[in-house]
Amino acid sequence: MSALLSVSQLSVAYGGIQAVRELSLEVAPGEMTCLIGANGAGKTTTLKAISGLIAPQSGSVQFDGQALTRLPAHEVARRGLALVPEGRGVFPRMSVVENLMMGAYTRNDRAAISRDLDQVYALLPRLTERRAQMAGLLSGGEQQMLALGRAMMARPRLLLLDEPSMGLAPLMVQAVFDIIRQIAAGGVAVLLIEQNAHLALKTCARGYVLENGAVTLSGLSAELAANPAVRQAYLGE
Amino acid sequence: MSSVPKLNKPQPRWLVFGLLALGLALLPFLVDAGLGRSWVRLLDLALLYVMLALGLNIVVGYAGLLDLGYVAFYALGAYVYAWLASPHFGLHLPFWAILPLGAALAGLFGVLLGTPTLRLRGDYLAIVTLGFGEIIRIFMNNLNAPVNLTNGPQGINLIDPVRLGEFSLSQPHALFGYTFTGVHLTYYLFLLLVLAVIFISMRLEDSRIGRAWVAIREDEIAAAATGINTRNLKLLAFAMGATFGGLAGGLFASFQGFISPESFNLMESIMILCMIVLGGMGHIPGVIFGAVVLTLLPEALRYTGDWQRTLFGQIYIDPADLRMLLFGVALVAVMLYRPAGMIPSARRRQEFADAKG
Repeated sequence: MSALLSVSQLSVAYGGIQAVRELSLEVAPGEMTCLIGANGAGKTTTLKAISGLIAPQSGSVQFDGQALTRLPAHEVARRGLALVPEGRGVFPRMSVVENLMMGAYTRNDRAAISRDLDQVYALLPRLTERRAQMAGLLSGGEQQMLALGRAMMARPRLLLLDEPSMGLAPLMVQAVFDIIRQIAAGGVAVLLIEQNAHLALKTCARGYVLENGAVTLSGLSAELAANPAVRQAYLGE
Repeated sequence: MSSVPKLNKPQPRWLVFGLLALGLALLPFLVDAGLGRSWVRLLDLALLYVMLALGLNIVVGYAGLLDLGYVAFYALGAYVYAWLASPHFGLHLPFWAILPLGAALAGLFGVLLGTPTLRLRGDYLAIVTLGFGEIIRIFMNNLNAPVNLTNGPQGINLIDPVRLGEFSLSQPHALFGYTFTGVHLTYYLFLLLVLAVIFISMRLEDSRIGRAWVAIREDEIAAAATGINTRNLKLLAFAMGATFGGLAGGLFASFQGFISPESFNLMESIMILCMIVLGGMGHIPGVIFGAVVLTLLPEALRYTGDWQRTLFGQIYIDPADLRMLLFGVALVAVMLYRPAGMIPSARRRQEFADAKG
């Protein structure tokens, strides 16, 4: 298997605090992979380091055979990784359609952009009727959907999702994850970061368990979900 | 991006444009006839402030970077003009060479200020830029020794007016049977440049760059994640804003004929910021309105002595005190009753509606 994303020996520190140590993980093309772990395990830090928002201490990130390590975030985004930041990160005082168009910021193929916009609306019917509304006035779930839609407007090959279920009502979580599954079914690889281990392992094919900044377990989701240690620590049994 | 509905898109109508153009062309004569020559001078000054406010609006209104040292760029533009067109160094270069030079130098300093402050936001950025503004002013105040660059607190005098061949803006000219005085002609020159600055601002607002600035202001991380080069765009905002500031500075020097560090103090930066905030941040009509009102209102309030005499027959409160008091009250009232500014953009009105709801 040649990985689409391969992270090896990644270490990140904030000042003297080691947030991520020698983490390695891989995401195959078109595959859904999750990274689960408790609060403060280093999940978001890992994602920020991959997407260039913070510089790692050491280690490397390869995407489709190219080194991403130490590239600034906008360069990483231009290579086909789309990050949906924690807490949604929509532009609140921009309308829904303006938000979506910002996703296509680096592109200038107008015809294709307008086709993709139609596709995103087809994927997110709730947003279609609200296209002129300010994003800040949408519900939490709708904002999460908008953030997903905006990421898709960049035509990414890998979607990096930081806790898409955070702060959403259970029904909304279902709706958001349905959309994520639809996106993945279209051939986009997904690296999902979740505290909700049950949901993440149910959604993704493979998973990594992160503890105190290091990967302690990895494998197929079904194996992880059957592992007594995971069941006890993350699945509440 | 034809499918994107625009916010605040004005619907131009030729009749309105025509009347507006006629009004602006006749304004100095109407003001001269109605209020006197000194008010035409104030009109010129108001146009300068419109230019400054539109420049700062790029930094604060569009990119959301709170800059309290904006007056430094105004000062740089003014000093460049004074150095190259006054007896101070014996240089008398033409204005069309100096103005772009001063604007470019100010733009360069904008980048110099922007680079170390890229990681700062909000209050922290405000403090650093405030420091920068003071550094420039203190430099101008003290650079009279060992080499006399700025003539210190005495300032530089006898700065050349804008002049093209024999045609100088400091003297009256007879054209088409009318006599145009210097302040009238200056009005038209400033008006032309203000229109250019408005045009550039409008084009910027509605461009990829403008949208990227809004995105950075709204959420910098999300902006970077959509592929926006946040570093370069923030530097560009600083540079563009500073360039307009430098241009206005050069015009100010030529218009006054005299500059000193006193004209470029912190109060000046705060006034320009007030114009933007009170007018309507990020919204060109609001910013223009704010600049005009805040330039003219303090002057109009000089007449409070006369008003008291007509009303009560005598003066109870010294007009000098009452003037700033009323000005302060007016500022507070606007912020209380129209917190998004007098003419806010749809975006900003939304922001305040959110905050309430």
